[in-house]
Amino acid sequence: MTLLHGLAILLLCQSAGEAAARLLHLPLPGPVLGLLVLVMLLQWQRLRAPAGAAADALLQHLSLLFVPVGVGVMTHLALISQHGLRMAAALLVSTWIGLAVTALVLNSLLPADEGRAERRAAPKPARVPPGDRPTSASDEGSA
Amino acid sequence: MTQDFVQLWVYLSATPLFGLTATLSVYLVAQAAYQRLGHAPWANPVLWTVLALAGLLLATGTPYPTYFSGAQFIHFLLGPAVVALGWPLWQRRAQLRRRGPALLAAALAGGLAASASAVGIGWALGLPGDVLASLAPKSVTAPVAMGIAQQLGGIPALAAVLAVLTGLVGAVSGTYLFDVLRIRRPAVRGFALGTASHGIGAASALQAHPDAGAYAGLALGLQAVLAALLMPLLASWLR
Repeated sequence: MTLLHGLAILLLCQSAGEAAARLLHLPLPGPVLGLLVLVMLLQWQRLRAPAGAAADALLQHLSLLFVPVGVGVMTHLALISQHGLRMAAALLVSTWIGLAVTALVLNSLLPADEGRAERRAAPKPARVPPGDRPTSASDEGSA
Repeated sequence: MTQDFVQLWVYLSATPLFGLTATLSVYLVAQAAYQRLGHAPWANPVLWTVLALAGLLLATGTPYPTYFSGAQFIHFLLGPAVVALGWPLWQRRAQLRRRGPALLAAALAGGLAASASAVGIGWALGLPGDVLASLAPKSVTAPVAMGIAQQLGGIPALAAVLAVLTGLVGAVSGTYLFDVLRIRRPAVRGFALGTASHGIGAASALQAHPDAGAYAGLALGLQAVLAALLMPLLASWLR
């Protein structure tokens, strides 16, 4: 039941987001506004357990949700045979640039000792304060 | 007898049942193989599921819309999944507040670098405008990338595919890249994967380390919000 309640909360947040995007002509996609609505609603203690359970269940299988869109690659075979190599080059190099820039900037901005303390504490989840506990999806290994 | 099988296939492959069943079962097989291979990045389950399903559809001459009539039930969950990203963000709010400026700077720099280099390289190689506009939001999670591409004058369906491919590039090659760059902290690795290769990168980060997974989830939520807010603004400003 918790899961159903949680799913209803997520869908209500998304609906509120879609409605706000349409009514206020915001350039943000509905689900992104829904994310912000959820963060605000989580102030409310009663919603945390169900919303968290549904969110963990969905995020645990997040990669499955991209499959239908990914298979859509077959509908763009003409475009790919025409521009495939150039698109692949742009895609590969820009992804590596994005990964490297993010990692290097963050690595230089986060204090080094904090990172070491984190790595030491990581294998003992019991010492992590409750609010900072990683989502349960993390120990499933099937996401 | 063969006739009966052909008729049965024609009937079954035209119902929504086919797309849904095929997606789930192929994914489960790919997931099991991934686990057996010790989560080797090249064995990424999304990559192999997509290749196997696209191959199956092409080989049997099943049109994509027929497949999608079933697969849409899985596809629909992307919307609530984007909303659900608010949960890991909220859970880590204390860290987010403490490290906010560093994380925001990294997300902005990384997102901008990925998008600008994709458009820049594509432009230098002579790709047409609508393909460039579909490349721009490629580091953002697919459902949000579709919305952004539409606003930029791109092809939403192509943007979604390019986003998924970007996710796969990050998931498959990220580990090797970080090793070369000597980036060892799980939080930094995860945050970079979430920023540059959204959900699929985040799923692979989750497998590596719980901390990496949490930061990847945070990064992909942040990137979705930042890109959705800033990209249309930036595009109208550049025009």
